Amino acid sequence: MKSVEQCSGLNPMDLALRPRLSALSLSFSYRNRAVLSDINLELRSGEWLALLGPNGVGKSTLLRLMAGLLKPSTGQVRLGGERLERWSSWMRGQKIAFLPQNGGYPEDLTVEEVVALGRTPHLGLLGRAGKADWEALEWAMQQTQVTEFRHRLLPTLSGGERQRVMLARALAARPQYLLLDEPTNHLDLHHQAEFICLLTGLRAQGIGTLTVLHDPNLARSADRVAFLSAGKLAALGTPREVLNQPLLQSVYGGWVRVHEVEGEPAVLLGG
Amino acid sequence: MQKTSHPTLFAPLARAGKANSAVRQGLVFLGLLVLLAVGLTLGVGQGAVQIPLLEVIRSVLGLQENPIITDLRLPRVLAALLVGAALGLSGAAFQGLFRNPLADPYLMGSAAGAAFGVTLAVSLAGGLTGAFAQNAVFDFLPVSATLFGFLGAVGAVFVVLLLSGGASRTNDLILAGVVVGSVLVSLTSYLMLQDADRVRAVFAYTLGNLAFISWKGVGSLALYLLLTLPVFLLLGRTLNALNLGEETARSLGLPLGQLKLLIIGAATLLTATAVAQVGIIGFVGLVAPHALRRLIGGDYRYLLPASALGGAVLLVFADLLARTLIAPAELPVGILTTLLGGPFFLYLLWRGRRKG
Repeated sequence: MKSVEQCSGLNPMDLALRPRLSALSLSFSYRNRAVLSDINLELRSGEWLALLGPNGVGKSTLLRLMAGLLKPSTGQVRLGGERLERWSSWMRGQKIAFLPQNGGYPEDLTVEEVVALGRTPHLGLLGRAGKADWEALEWAMQQTQVTEFRHRLLPTLSGGERQRVMLARALAARPQYLLLDEPTNHLDLHHQAEFICLLTGLRAQGIGTLTVLHDPNLARSADRVAFLSAGKLAALGTPREVLNQPLLQSVYGGWVRVHEVEGEPAVLLGG
Repeated sequence: MQKTSHPTLFAPLARAGKANSAVRQGLVFLGLLVLLAVGLTLGVGQGAVQIPLLEVIRSVLGLQENPIITDLRLPRVLAALLVGAALGLSGAAFQGLFRNPLADPYLMGSAAGAAFGVTLAVSLAGGLTGAFAQNAVFDFLPVSATLFGFLGAVGAVFVVLLLSGGASRTNDLILAGVVVGSVLVSLTSYLMLQDADRVRAVFAYTLGNLAFISWKGVGSLALYLLLTLPVFLLLGRTLNALNLGEETARSLGLPLGQLKLLIIGAATLLTATAVAQVGIIGFVGLVAPHALRRLIGGDYRYLLPASALGGAVLLVFADLLARTLIAPAELPVGILTTLLGGPFFLYLLWRGRRKG
């Protein structure tokens, strides 16, 4: 795995100056039930951080807290030196892009029209699109390789193509952080591989990506893996450190086997 | 990914997955303007008394005295234009806001509220016995009926907003709208049962009628349309973003709570004025945005003004038909729009399904 500095051509100093997105002793309760407690997690520039854990453990909740869509019960999310709530919603939208799992999509807009909506944080309510907006639109469509069907309506695309369009929408804001909720859900193996490859490319652009995943194997090429269990951060480290037999077995049960395939941990179901 | 917006209705359609060219959108707007001009000219000339085109033009320009044109036809045709535009505009806005192609301007209880307000006005004005010999029910409605209709419509929407805890949850809004609407309809029916004349007065009102609009009514319709039109034109992009889902719209920085209240407020002012002035006219606010979405696509920056024009065209022609079909008698225009709009809407659904 090459480091960001080697393959991006970005000045490491620039990256160091970017505001960091971090959760500090974050807790969240819903109807007096603790969903998350005491989470400390930092998303760095140009890294891909995968968030793993069993169903209902609060992965999506943590993602929404980091995106500023939910308010923490205690603790805080910080962007730069400032609490996330103190950023204006437009500024927050410029820095952090969020892609929900079942966001729905407009059936009567074209690919280009949908991706252009990603510029909303820069335009506000009254702004008119200018040169920078058109450039960001083209860039986002290129990154996700949707330029060739820019004039088609969304329902005419395949699931994988549509998901790339939604990613382009998120990228159009030229965010520094990208928060994705199960982006490879409902995609076949080919499209999963394609999507993961795309994420790898984004690292090179200095974009910090936090992805909720439920399949540990998809997290193998991530820079770091955060493992949530019972509302707590059970492990945080490289995939090799986190995806180990004792941890996965304690969470998912005795049938889980971790083997080494091509030098990386692979999670299988044993008998 | 789930399809949350406009299931099956709009999917592939006549546009066959292609973009809407600017040329096509321009042609649609041009066509609507031409239709509107034709409708207005015919509308002023035709009716119980036929007036030749030249005379129409001369009276509109003030070169000739013709009270039928200046006191009756002109305000009526303009009211049809303004009410149609108001309904088309608020229908399109509600369809975008609720992400539901079946949303119509009366969804949040404004029609039931207006009917209740008018009934209350009639009740408070006392008995109307013997006032209904002719086909001129509206002459006997108290002057305050319009005001009560407006207050009823605004009040109903306000109660819906209170019950649903603001505008945060769309489903709660729709449910509260249904509940408040039903309660108001029951209350209205109870008041109407007090005497038969009241039944007739309110019934005539709820059928929608453009016959008794005054220049003053046209003035207030125009005022509210002018006040709210800029709001709608500015909110086109917001409605587009809402199509991505509320959570995504919020992540894009949109202050969703306030924006929803703004959209609901503007649409309510428009529908309340329209309903108060001319009664409940069905299907215009549902069909106009629906049909135009097929022609020019789902971008609300264009769909909103197009729906205003389309609603105006629909109602101007519907009123023309209502006056000429069984001339010299007249049909209530609300009956006509529902009779024509219902089958047309079914046709749109059927075509969408066949192609989908």
